[in-house]
Amino acid sequence: MIRLDKVSKQFSTGVFALSDISFEIEKGEFVFLIGPTGSGKTTIFRLLTRETLPTSGEVIVDNWDVVKLPSNKISHLRKKIGVVFQDLKLLMDRTIFENVILPLEVSGIESVAATKIVEEIMEKVGILQHRDKFPIQLSGGELQRAAIARALTLEPDVLLADEPTGNLDQVTAMEIVNLLSEINKKGTTIMMATHNEDIIKALSKRVIALNNGKLIGITGKKPKASIEHSDKKSANIEVKEKKSEDRPEEEFNPVIKKEDENEDF
Amino acid sequence: MKTKTFKTTWWNIRRSPYQAFAAVFVMSLTFLFISFFTFLLFGSSKAISYFESRPQVTAFFKNDVKKADIDNLKSQLMETGKISNVKFVSQQDALNIYKEQNKNDPLLLELVTADILPASLEISTIKIEDLSTINNMLKNSPLVSEVVFQKDVVSVLTSWTNALRGIGLSLIIVLSLVSIFIMVTIIGVKISHKKEDIEIMRLIGADRWYVRWPFILEGISYGIVGAILGWVISSGALWIATPALSSFLKGMSIFPVSLLFLFGMLGVEIIVAVVLGALSSFLAVLRYLK
Repeated sequence: MIRLDKVSKQFSTGVFALSDISFEIEKGEFVFLIGPTGSGKTTIFRLLTRETLPTSGEVIVDNWDVVKLPSNKISHLRKKIGVVFQDLKLLMDRTIFENVILPLEVSGIESVAATKIVEEIMEKVGILQHRDKFPIQLSGGELQRAAIARALTLEPDVLLADEPTGNLDQVTAMEIVNLLSEINKKGTTIMMATHNEDIIKALSKRVIALNNGKLIGITGKKPKASIEHSDKKSANIEVKEKKSEDRPEEEFNPVIKKEDENEDF
Repeated sequence: MKTKTFKTTWWNIRRSPYQAFAAVFVMSLTFLFISFFTFLLFGSSKAISYFESRPQVTAFFKNDVKKADIDNLKSQLMETGKISNVKFVSQQDALNIYKEQNKNDPLLLELVTADILPASLEISTIKIEDLSTINNMLKNSPLVSEVVFQKDVVSVLTSWTNALRGIGLSLIIVLSLVSIFIMVTIIGVKISHKKEDIEIMRLIGADRWYVRWPFILEGISYGIVGAILGWVISSGALWIATPALSSFLKGMSIFPVSLLFLFGMLGVEIIVAVVLGALSSFLAVLRYLK
């Protein structure tokens, strides 16, 4: 579903945002992307949505070669990927309903059908009662839900959530994660960037850890089917996964573990 | 193009009424000038046609001249091979023409009889440069009392019209360029204000034209409203001035200006407005929406 192969991204200043990153995510997986600020999590999301291009390497999303994608196809790619942005990117002068319906309008879906879809999704994420309010009138958790609702309107194959629990209290954060988990159970591949250890522990999903733009570990179990179908390109990733599988699940805490090993992480 | 695009355009216009007013104002000024210039060109070309359709040389005869002598002179003129048309106007014909021209003024009609109006020959030449030769020939004839020579009137009017056309076209080009620059700036400012919204729309899958169309339609709308306002003001002014102008330019069939001409002009102006509006907003979109 998603594959990054030896991807590097160097900014014009010469700084490497990502160095030789390779990993693979299978369809229907829920994967955490962890790492400190500036480790390259958001850059990976930006590469997946073709907001930026890698300096080298290959980025594949659902058999689409994102790097070689013609510019007139970028909008098609973005319609396949729902994104919950770190700063939410809600339009402040539009109501929650108008924000959520935007991807459907952009896709040219007829108004009556679009309204029905949006109402269903808003009901599902629990913000239907706020449909006519403006973003400034909602709490952080409600805004996150609105951003998730907008990301889901086009029924994307992939949902990228960039620290969706960043500014939320623990209870609200868990509600958001449970919501994402429910979405994942219905078949949507989810990639979530987070710092929250409790969430990572609670869900026991695969974790991709980054530091200073480098992949420092992939832990947790990859779905069986995906291991069987992995090609040789991801062999080194498999080795890392095998290592993580050797460890008991309850001992696994990549954030604490790495902090113990390296203070920079 | 979806209804939503039109709604977004209308929403953009309503969101910044002062910028919209500035854009419409500059477009109205441009089209007001274009309309006035068109009226001027239309009027002057009608005036030239009027003078060109008149006899180019008119020779008035002395009262005691006989018809046979006039016919003889007419034959001499025809023999030069330079004449395209000669028409004899008798004293009675002259009286009839006078009566027709002054039929609304009985006082002028009472005082005039056929005796005091001279017979005349109305002559047109094949080439305008032969007018001087014919003019001299007539002036030397003992039968002729006066020669009216219209070459100067036509040539002066033509040179004035050409000058007007040159100045007017230059001003229209300058005004159109000013309108384009102002529109590019206004649409550019609007794009800059909506930069974040545009970025969000692009990130959730909007293609280029989904973002571009509302701005292009906005430019076209300013152009169309400006053209209609300019046309309404200029046509209104013409309608108010028509009685005075038609009495001043008596004899020339310019007034009242036909509705067909006015609406035809509106149609052309709207097409020009669409082109100007679309061009300026497209330039702004290219400049500010990379």
